Amino acid sequence: MKYFGKTSVGKRKKYPPNFVIGAAITGVMLLLILMSFFYTPYDITKMDSASKLAAPSLLHLMGCDNFGRDIFSRVLKGMENTFVIALLTVMIGTVGGVMIGAFTGYFGGWLDEVLMRIIDVVFAFPSILLALVFVSIFGTGRYNVVAALGVAFIPSFARIVRGEFIKYREMDYVKSAQLAGVGRLRIIFVHILPNTFTVLMSSIMIGFNNAVLAEAGMSYLGIGVQPPDASLGSMLSESQTYLFSAPWYAVFPGLMIILLVLGFSLLADGMKAR
Amino acid sequence: MLLEIKDLRIEFYDHDVPERVVHDVSFSLAEGEILGIVGESGSGKSMTAMAVAGLLKRHDVEKKGAIFFEGTELLHASRAQLRKVQGNDISIIFQEPMTSLNPVKRIGWQVEESLKIHRPDMSREERRSRAIAALSDVELPNPEQVYKKYPHELSGGMRQRVMIASAMICEPKLLIADEPTTALDVTIQLQIVKLLQRLNKEKKMAVLFISHDLSLVKRLCDRIIVMHNGDIVEQGSAQEIFENPKECYTKELIDAIPRLEKLV
Amino acid sequence: MKYGLKKFATMLITILCISFLVYLAFDVIPGDAALAALGTDVEPERLAALREEMGLNRPFLERYFDWLVSFVRGDFGTSYKYKLPVADMIVSKLPVTVIMALISFAIMTVVSLPVGIYTAKHSGGRIDRVITVINQIMMSVPHFFMGIMITYVFGMVFKLFTPGGFVSYETDFAGFLSYIIFPCIAIALPKIAISVKLLRGSCIGESKKDYVRTAYSKGNNTNKVLYRHVLKNAMIPVITLWGMMLADMLVGSIVIEQVFNIPGIGRILLTSISYRDYPVVEAIIVLIAFVVVATNFCVDIIYGIIDPRINVGAE
Repeated sequence: MKYFGKTSVGKRKKYPPNFVIGAAITGVMLLLILMSFFYTPYDITKMDSASKLAAPSLLHLMGCDNFGRDIFSRVLKGMENTFVIALLTVMIGTVGGVMIGAFTGYFGGWLDEVLMRIIDVVFAFPSILLALVFVSIFGTGRYNVVAALGVAFIPSFARIVRGEFIKYREMDYVKSAQLAGVGRLRIIFVHILPNTFTVLMSSIMIGFNNAVLAEAGMSYLGIGVQPPDASLGSMLSESQTYLFSAPWYAVFPGLMIILLVLGFSLLADGMKAR
Repeated sequence: MLLEIKDLRIEFYDHDVPERVVHDVSFSLAEGEILGIVGESGSGKSMTAMAVAGLLKRHDVEKKGAIFFEGTELLHASRAQLRKVQGNDISIIFQEPMTSLNPVKRIGWQVEESLKIHRPDMSREERRSRAIAALSDVELPNPEQVYKKYPHELSGGMRQRVMIASAMICEPKLLIADEPTTALDVTIQLQIVKLLQRLNKEKKMAVLFISHDLSLVKRLCDRIIVMHNGDIVEQGSAQEIFENPKECYTKELIDAIPRLEKLV
Repeated sequence: MKYGLKKFATMLITILCISFLVYLAFDVIPGDAALAALGTDVEPERLAALREEMGLNRPFLERYFDWLVSFVRGDFGTSYKYKLPVADMIVSKLPVTVIMALISFAIMTVVSLPVGIYTAKHSGGRIDRVITVINQIMMSVPHFFMGIMITYVFGMVFKLFTPGGFVSYETDFAGFLSYIIFPCIAIALPKIAISVKLLRGSCIGESKKDYVRTAYSKGNNTNKVLYRHVLKNAMIPVITLWGMMLADMLVGSIVIEQVFNIPGIGRILLTSISYRDYPVVEAIIVLIAFVVVATNFCVDIIYGIIDPRINVGAE
């Protein structure tokens, strides 16, 4: 029962507006990314001194940068890079987190204690900082960023999955499966893991957004994807020099990061509300 | 009459189809009387109690009829008017003693709260001594100790006693007990019922006892109302209902009481 | 009390673990202090001699222990690149970063508390819906992009500050503050959005609990129920979030420093990373980690004060 605020009256909609808008934004973004694998309007490294810092026009939808490169093409490629890096990062985080979380949560004991202490230590470390340590040791570049962020993301997934496993291992259906002689691995992966799907799904979506933001931050600092390859973060960093004369150079890459994250978070919210 | 309910009708609009939970229910309660309302879950008994306590939510609910408490209409009264009565003249205790107390506030603070609202001139020391008296009144051992504790440090039965103490602190004329024993062990249930009985006699406080447990209601109440699907099926003195039930629903309810109890 | 001690012990162990891991990580990379001092094209004999002299051939644990002891004493080693004590390089810059993080944190709490409570109380209303939409968008904005936009709008269009015109706190504190407030807003805005969303959700979640019904049954009005009962409970998850946010802001200011051209810890860290100036990187990372862990400790303590259930669990 709720005593303050309003509750929604009338029929509950099948698809909440969040979900619809989120799905639309994400859909368009994914289409653009998919397209960028095969086609960009211009070559992303082709310089054209005649159109240096050109304003957006029909020829160059988002204008040109300080080398006369087409910003729209570079934004597309940058989105693709960001998306791939974020996806790989989340995959490493999810797989690592599920493995650690499932085993520690299910078995408990000293292994759980030790691993959880380590996880706590890594968790206490902000992910960008961990990535900086990684990069300063192994050097810059996209695969190091993926590895660094991936490792940084493991703890949050591990914690969530562990919590779910602790909850489920005490449930009667798991106990009866144990009594029936079902193997431990089968219980873990077939009987329990699918039940953690909803929780896992929403943390994957949050994780994806954090990965996008972290990747953008790192390439902004110049330690992610290296030039001349395009990335949204490094474009933002370059654009700052020309902020006064060519504000669109900053606006479009930034807008794309926002849309990428916004679409996903609306989608995640909408899925939770359903 | 202390409490008079006339043609109370409650409908909810928070789902696709409007849901009528109480149909034109009328009954009354005299001062110092213990009235029991029995019925299975979904019979509308709790909603009736919530309406009397002024706790129906404000949105999506349609209320018709009237509730007179000492001649004042409460059902359509303003929130401000209602608040003057709540906790002061009418108090309520709930089914869930484990969650009905605020987990981050001390017991003493929570017991005293109604005094702070309704007796603002009372000094801090006086409030404290009243609260400790109330805690010992509900037969809690070491009331001074309990005063300083947090809810999670007490058992369910103790928490329900704390709820009763905090409901009684302003010496209300009516105590609504909404399934107060359902979540408790059987032995504790009896203790709580006996406590309510004693408080009713000592403080001359009317009790509206809501339960699905006929045997408890029989032990405690002078008069019984049987509700089913939002309607009053039957009402009368406890003896009448038990010895000579007129409606077959009431008979079914009586038959559902475990045999052992009848043998004893 | 027992709870506090336990948490304090955990904090010390965590700090020890982190410092060990960081030291280990930087120990395995090729290239050490002797190599950095002499350059790469040096005869192996001289290098070996210097290594011996600098004590780099001692066992790892012994070196770690020495490093830790001198670190605790405030001796963070010597920069490879600038040949200066790392402590001297950091000390004057640390306040900039810390002050920025603290101001951002203050802005976040001061704004998100009332907004969160208001939107929870009036959830579903028009203002709540508008704020929810703004929030949703704000959460998706990377703070450095927010910084760029603020530079453009407030620095270039409205000319409220000169982009790049940072003044050191040592020369002109007022000027320092009036510059630093803009990066702080940039850091705080996305965090405000997250914090409002959590606080609103937490308040609404609490408002459905049974004790709220009890509070109303005593004759409390909505404000009293909200401030005396709901808020303290609703703050429990928010405090955790705020603790993480303070750490985030400290690290976030490393990025924002680049946007606003502020010579803080972030600047040193990034240049040291590109020059492979490991003692500096190591010192800064361990220091930030200390602050982060100490923040977590404070959160745990506040937690124990707010939520009485925690204390008992530890005993």
